[in-house]
Amino acid sequence: MMTIAIVDYGMGNLKSVAKAFMHVAPDQRILITSDAKEIAEADRVVLPGQAAMPESMVALNDSGLRDVLLQASKDRPFFGVCLGLQMLFEESEEGPTPSLGYLPGKSIRFPKPHFDKNGAPLKVPHMGWNALTIPAHASAHPCWAGIAQETAFYFANSYYAAPKESAVVAGTANYPDPICVAVGKANLFAVQFHPEKSADGGLRVLKNFSNWSGSL
Amino acid sequence: MLCKRIIPCLDIKDGRVVKGVNFVGLRDAGDPVEVAKRYNDQGADELCFLDITASVEKRGLLYDLIERVASQVFIPLTVGGGVKTAEDLRPLLNAGADKVSINTAGVNDPTIFDKASHFYGAQCVVAAIDAKQTRPGFFEVFIHGGRTATGKDAVAWAREVADRGAGEILLTSMDRDGAKIGFDLELTRAIADAVTIPVIASGGVGNLQHLVEGVQKGGADAVLAASIFHYGEYTVGQAKAAMRDAGIRMRM
Repeated sequence: MMTIAIVDYGMGNLKSVAKAFMHVAPDQRILITSDAKEIAEADRVVLPGQAAMPESMVALNDSGLRDVLLQASKDRPFFGVCLGLQMLFEESEEGPTPSLGYLPGKSIRFPKPHFDKNGAPLKVPHMGWNALTIPAHASAHPCWAGIAQETAFYFANSYYAAPKESAVVAGTANYPDPICVAVGKANLFAVQFHPEKSADGGLRVLKNFSNWSGSL
Repeated sequence: MLCKRIIPCLDIKDGRVVKGVNFVGLRDAGDPVEVAKRYNDQGADELCFLDITASVEKRGLLYDLIERVASQVFIPLTVGGGVKTAEDLRPLLNAGADKVSINTAGVNDPTIFDKASHFYGAQCVVAAIDAKQTRPGFFEVFIHGGRTATGKDAVAWAREVADRGAGEILLTSMDRDGAKIGFDLELTRAIADAVTIPVIASGGVGNLQHLVEGVQKGGADAVLAASIFHYGEYTVGQAKAAMRDAGIRMRM
């Protein structure tokens, strides 16, 4: 039986992600775990996140899981969700603690105040359903199988990743300018939206990941 | 760009969905999972559960309910009612709530917004504001389910909760609640213009045009309604289609 390990570093609600995986991958073992050995032995690893970045990175560092995550990020399907996407980069404007640094770039905040192209104010957090645009180079990514352009996903974020390499951008959404909402590089894939809260489209992405070999 | 949201609201008592009959008696309106699924299938963008359970002892039923809903309905869930401290958010979030609304406790101790936002992130902290026009041009904040006046100006209070870290405001007009004559657009507009966080308009929806007005005239980012959906007058899908046809960006 294949195992998906959802990494528990002590911050926030992991059950929603776990329940959504149980729904789409009933034939796999879904573990919420803070055990390095269980993570090391898992076939797929999920790094969730929804709390504040500084507290989350401190908790992750304290958890002693950095080594096993670094290894998993190199050799098996690895999926970041929301803050779990931002953590893959080097740093965040949200606080001084460095992030994991698997990908070059940092997380930045929406401007305050934030305006649309007509000068009308835009709300932050960026909260609600926004349409995904998949760039041509990522359209064949296995995690996007069955996902049409402009499918709406549920977001709740004030920060977003700004990758240094445009090649890792696997999806964008407009607010009002395009922001990076998905990244993919080799066996790493991550989304800024909450697939576990994005109805059928989100469940499809989770199902795709649960079947993904990690190769492109 | 973001779509506007429609949020059906369910009253929960002792782990069951209830609804008032002519605003007095409460009767059982079904299993929360079934009701949540029905609204999800109709295209609801989010669901709001308001716990009106009187006794603390039965609080566990709420956690169980959220867990059951969250294991079968994969859209955002906001839960409110009975939150007293920032620590109270954890069991709700752990059960599967995505956001927790804070009302009376926030007026009693506004630092709950700072604490909750710091620990759990602004995205899961909703400030619920019940407001009533008590003199011309003045909207006053009420707590304890609308029974206690606070003297607070709702617009100033909205700014304060946003500054303290709330990620969203659930604004209910007590004058309009249950009246079915439309949102209080003056109140909604005043709050929506005063803060940079999203505002959910609540209270007064009687038809689909009211939902359109809440967004177009009130400036709301999301609209919440209960009775028009509970009593089967309209489906969520009909409501979304009406908003889309009025030129509002919706997730269809």
